[in-house]
Amino acid sequence: MKIVGISGSRIGTKTKTAMGYTLHVLKENYSEVETKLIDLADYEIPFSDGRHYLEYEGDTGEILQVIMEADALIIGTPIFQASIPASLKNIFDHLPVNALQDKVVSMVITAGSAKHYLIAEQQLKPILGYMKAQIVQTYVFMEEKDFYNQQIINDDVVFRIERLVEDTVTLTETYANIRQTKEAKYGF
Amino acid sequence: MEKYRLDPTKGLEFGLYTLGDHLPDPHTGKKISAEQRIHEIIKLAQLAEQAGIDFFSVGESHQDYFVTQAHAVVLSAIAQATKKIKLSSSSTIISTSDPVRVYENFATIDLISKGRVEIVAGRASRIGLFDLLGYDIRDYEALFEEKFDLLLQINDSEQVNWEGEFRAPLKNASVLPRPLNGSMPIWRAVGGSPASAIKAGYAGVPIYLAHLGGPATSFKQSIDAYRGALKQSGYNPTDFPVATAGFFYAAETTQQALRDMYPHINEGMKLTNGQGFPKQHFAQGAHEHNVMNIGSPQQIIEKILYQHELFGHQRYIGQMDFGGMPFDKLKKNIEIIGTEILPAIKKHTARK
Repeated sequence: MKIVGISGSRIGTKTKTAMGYTLHVLKENYSEVETKLIDLADYEIPFSDGRHYLEYEGDTGEILQVIMEADALIIGTPIFQASIPASLKNIFDHLPVNALQDKVVSMVITAGSAKHYLIAEQQLKPILGYMKAQIVQTYVFMEEKDFYNQQIINDDVVFRIERLVEDTVTLTETYANIRQTKEAKYGF
Repeated sequence: MEKYRLDPTKGLEFGLYTLGDHLPDPHTGKKISAEQRIHEIIKLAQLAEQAGIDFFSVGESHQDYFVTQAHAVVLSAIAQATKKIKLSSSSTIISTSDPVRVYENFATIDLISKGRVEIVAGRASRIGLFDLLGYDIRDYEALFEEKFDLLLQINDSEQVNWEGEFRAPLKNASVLPRPLNGSMPIWRAVGGSPASAIKAGYAGVPIYLAHLGGPATSFKQSIDAYRGALKQSGYNPTDFPVATAGFFYAAETTQQALRDMYPHINEGMKLTNGQGFPKQHFAQGAHEHNVMNIGSPQQIIEKILYQHELFGHQRYIGQMDFGGMPFDKLKKNIEIIGTEILPAIKKHTARK
């Protein structure tokens, strides 16, 4: 099983901190899972110009391939101007419409205040649904007061991240099993 | 229809197309040489002709796992190796080519083949060739519309006066040689959405529709929109043929056909497109109202006749060689087409 984490912003530290911790929990508890963290701040990715994802080279081509080969994604995003950042949307824009088919996707959201709690529900989930993801319904939302010196200081957030990681792995295994059983019945 | 060398009284035309993909056989992981693949394509056209198949076309694709980038050169060899089967591109990427050069090539093949050649011009489904050939993909739409229009003008008259954005102007230019009968059928390749089909209708050109899978009724929308646009522009829709193209594979039973073809389509799509073909969608391909013509000979006959009734099209073109399909399986399919499928289709679609 391959699980890829994406830290979806080029600005700030909360999402990066949250994703670093999430991947740490994943590695500690599931040593058999192949993991990778993509921090978009480390890459120069142009805006999508409509070409097929296999036709991109360099950083962009590499990231897109890693995402497409993953069985599950854990997407970390801050909320900017009441929405997900353009850097993250740009990744979706580079991918084919059915890119998330047969992939499990879970979400880790960071924001300046609790007032942005529903942004993931209203803006990120519709994109993931459109791209055919199997969404882990419960996401982890955290805000300014949950961090101090680039550390998570709220135990409630820690417990929720642990549950999110467990749910992501469980759903990925379950979905793969369901699909294999179903496909075996076609007989071809 | 005569302008497009089609006689609907003889029934639905049946053709084969290859994209010239050069993929490993998923069962062995082995890829034949480029030389062998090109010769097998030429041989496939010869066998198709012997089986009474009406049409054979070769695609242009500039990316990994393809071998017919110079598709006009391959068609030229097929022209020499055959006598009566109609030949075409499917498609020629006109956006990134010079229409004068394309016309010169295809008019020459028309002379070699004694008047059997057509051009299907498309916009490119993949755009790596824009970088390869020195074009800007921001001009994707404009390049196609301008160059396709010039190609049509060259076909309409030997002397061309033309000015555009992407090519030097032509002043009383003669584009030679001329095809055997003065002009050639030129079709517009149309993909998913009806928008492109509607443009073809406004321009008064025949359409060649690619159908990968899904309900046949949803493709009818494009065809209806096309005929509506023809009418709106003052053309008579009955003067313009429609061709449909998609996956084809026949075996003794429908289940066997699905089993034979699925690994080739799925693994081939993974390599060329980055995503396999979902098994669930492929399984639905066997449904009588699904546009994929995969199944037992009887099932395929019924499907093609259903599509003919629905679309009122003049030509169906099947793709059966995708994904490293072994040549003996292709030969077997051609035999089935010639002995079982073609006679039934012609019998039911010819106007007595």
